[in-house]
Amino acid sequence: MKTFVGIDLGSTTTKAVLLDESREVIGRGITNSRSNYGTAARVASEEARVDGRFTLFRRALSAGGGKSEELDEFLAALERAFRLEQFLEQLGDLEETCRSQVKGERFAKVESGVKDAIGEVLNRLREEAPALYAPGAKRKSDFFRDIAGSRYHAHAEEVARVAGLPYELLLNVYDKSIIDVENRPPSGGLSDKFRRALARVLAVDAAVKTGATDVPQTIEDTLAIELEETYLVGTGYGRVTLPFSKEHIRSEILCHGLGAHMMYPNTRTVLDIGGQDTKGIQVDATGIVENFQMNDRCAAGCGRYLGYIADEMNIGLHELGPMAMKSDRPARINSTCTVFAGAELRDRLSLGEKREDILAGLHRAIILRAISIISRSGGVTDEFTFTGGVAKNEAAVRELKKLIKENYGDVKININPESIYTGALGAAEFARRAYLGQTDGREA
Amino acid sequence: MTTTIVTPKAAPAKEVEKDASMVKQKEMMAAHYDRLTSAPQTGEKVVSTFVPGNLNELTMCFGLLNNLPEVNAIQNGLRRTSGAFVLEAEKIGHSEDVCTYVKSDIGMMAKGNIAPNGKRFPDPDVLLLSYTGCFTFMKWFELLREQYKCETIMLHTPYMGDGKITPNMIEYMVKQLKDEVIPTLERISGVKFDIDRLREYLKKSATAEDDLVHVLQSAKRKPSPIDAYFGGIYYIGPIFGAFRGTDDAIDYYRFLREEVEARLAAGKGPVTPDGDMGKEKYRLVVEGPPNYTNFRQFWKMFYDEGAVVVASSYTKVGGVYDFGFRHDPEKPLETLAEYCLGVYTNRSLPMRIDMLTNYVNDYDADGLLINSIKSCNSFSAGQLLIMREVEKRTGKPAAFVESDLVDPRYFSAANIKNRLESYFQMIEQKRAATRAAA
Repeated sequence: MKTFVGIDLGSTTTKAVLLDESREVIGRGITNSRSNYGTAARVASEEARVDGRFTLFRRALSAGGGKSEELDEFLAALERAFRLEQFLEQLGDLEETCRSQVKGERFAKVESGVKDAIGEVLNRLREEAPALYAPGAKRKSDFFRDIAGSRYHAHAEEVARVAGLPYELLLNVYDKSIIDVENRPPSGGLSDKFRRALARVLAVDAAVKTGATDVPQTIEDTLAIELEETYLVGTGYGRVTLPFSKEHIRSEILCHGLGAHMMYPNTRTVLDIGGQDTKGIQVDATGIVENFQMNDRCAAGCGRYLGYIADEMNIGLHELGPMAMKSDRPARINSTCTVFAGAELRDRLSLGEKREDILAGLHRAIILRAISIISRSGGVTDEFTFTGGVAKNEAAVRELKKLIKENYGDVKININPESIYTGALGAAEFARRAYLGQTDGREA
Repeated sequence: MTTTIVTPKAAPAKEVEKDASMVKQKEMMAAHYDRLTSAPQTGEKVVSTFVPGNLNELTMCFGLLNNLPEVNAIQNGLRRTSGAFVLEAEKIGHSEDVCTYVKSDIGMMAKGNIAPNGKRFPDPDVLLLSYTGCFTFMKWFELLREQYKCETIMLHTPYMGDGKITPNMIEYMVKQLKDEVIPTLERISGVKFDIDRLREYLKKSATAEDDLVHVLQSAKRKPSPIDAYFGGIYYIGPIFGAFRGTDDAIDYYRFLREEVEARLAAGKGPVTPDGDMGKEKYRLVVEGPPNYTNFRQFWKMFYDEGAVVVASSYTKVGGVYDFGFRHDPEKPLETLAEYCLGVYTNRSLPMRIDMLTNYVNDYDADGLLINSIKSCNSFSAGQLLIMREVEKRTGKPAAFVESDLVDPRYFSAANIKNRLESYFQMIEQKRAATRAAA
């Protein structure tokens, strides 16, 4: 089948969306951008294709009489099993790569010991892997580096101690290997992984309940459908560094405008707060950008600012919003300078201000800056759509709603749970239109 | 599976291409710098003055050589030496927000005051401030007066707040010329003022101005044979600088006009540093000065996308000639007053809006682009309002980028390119929408 791929190469994450010919989203994929946009684009689109397979499974199984709730359960189990397969495959790669690093003078006397230790660490990782992907298990991140990294460190410390080896040696081998592993596409074929995943699910419950007839055959038939990459459009900060030809690149401002329009056709104003830029975009009734403003070279008040604050406070990015929500007396903070964020925070803490009040103030400061950018782009016209990573932060959303109400009255505010994919969605639609011969990217 | 990834071939480094007129222009500028730096030997006296409202015909009557500090800052920007000068000025105590022309100049003085030809600039004998709307110019000369301990003359040009020139305004300025400016210049130079000599220079100015206007208006044609912003900056050099009123300027503008005529006849677009521009895809009107530290990189972002600037306000800061004004030898002092009143920096916001709207319509442009200068409060204030209003009146999309004159720290290539590309793609979409509606 024909698919249209949109890739949004952001400064923090790279997103991919797969559309089919009838403009339905069939898959979404996300990965960290690393410092390698080429790999990030490949991994994100691969992830979107994996996600696309699940959409196709669902379609096929529903057509075969599958019931929605049972299908949800089955597909969730299949996905967990698939992720586990993928994780195990990457662990295998990690082990091999780590072993290959054990050479040279440093390891002269301990070569076999280190190799054994690596084997032991990886075995432990493999042992606990199924629990990571058990129903209801919570993972801090879905990126291999994040999951494998913290567990490797924990196990390596103990294994090294028991074996009487320097811990640093094991860490050093890992550090040298992880980038390669992360940047290498999993070697095994996707279809085989799906088959192994299905076998895992069936092993637990051979008579899997989906309501559909002949699940294994349906899965097999669906895997036989080729996902043809019919046209690809790249957008986002990294687009220029990729070897895409010009007709495969669109500005992220146009992509965000179009993506927001696709999610909410009545959208007239879009705010996107991403990792290093904030954009205010005005679109017309067909999703064409009428006007835009964005921050200049300074990324004050963008997503990265929150990232620094989280690092400074030694908490997760996703914990910032909930903590700020506890405040009823937000601190008054004027500067959204990312560089001074840490100093500002420490300063206020030392003055005895509460963490939640400071955080609430920081969130307000970010949104104040965003409001200024929106007003420069032409203000807010009903409906208003908020996109980008920061749209997931409830404290930012609370402040935004308050300020929009104060400045522009009653406006419908849309925030899509998949808002992080807005740019990639617009790009995918531009790809679909380009394929249909609308080279200017306008809908026919 | 279709593969959409192509690897662009790295192009070999090429020589920068220049029009014959650009080469000639550079020679003229170089000759002027040589003349300036030899002043201590030749005994010629030097007047420092600014581009907007410069009274070159008048100062030539006293044998004074003009030195234009903002042109020096531009030269340092283009030669990539301004960054260090700006830092030097900040070290002396000037804030990060101060006009970077000023800081480049102050920094250059602190580092030996070396001209582009590698020789030392002479100290000025007089500072002539023809005040035409930029308050910073006044402060700048205050600093220079402190430095050089030389005489200062100020000619005050009333601001065109109501959008028109009244007889009172002319009278007020002529009086200053007669009572202050001319007597002081006589005293400093030791040369007696000769109004017929002034008339002669003014006549020459008008001849060159005719040809300049002809060149600038050639951009109404499609494709435009010139880029009226990036190329335009070369074209205005002589007439905004030391050459207005000279035979050299007459020769240059005649030569330039012929060159442009030839391009028109051949149906050619502008010459860019990478050679002839490809197909003209977008026609833009630009408001605001360019960035000089990354001038070629900035220009490339336009011509790579097929964007040509057909009219710009910046090429009017040293004189607005395309609405009919010419220096008039019949009314020598009045015409100098009228010239100063009309320069772009002295025009009110509504006048600027009218002018830009007129450009978008007359040059059949796709829209207005504003390059807003971070360190220029006087020019940047109100630009978003200008943009909205021009958008409303023309129905054409506008866009806004931000950079600086000569401070390299304020040029973010990725950010500007992103905005420009978005703007070009936006124009493309708008056109398609208009076609569909037709």
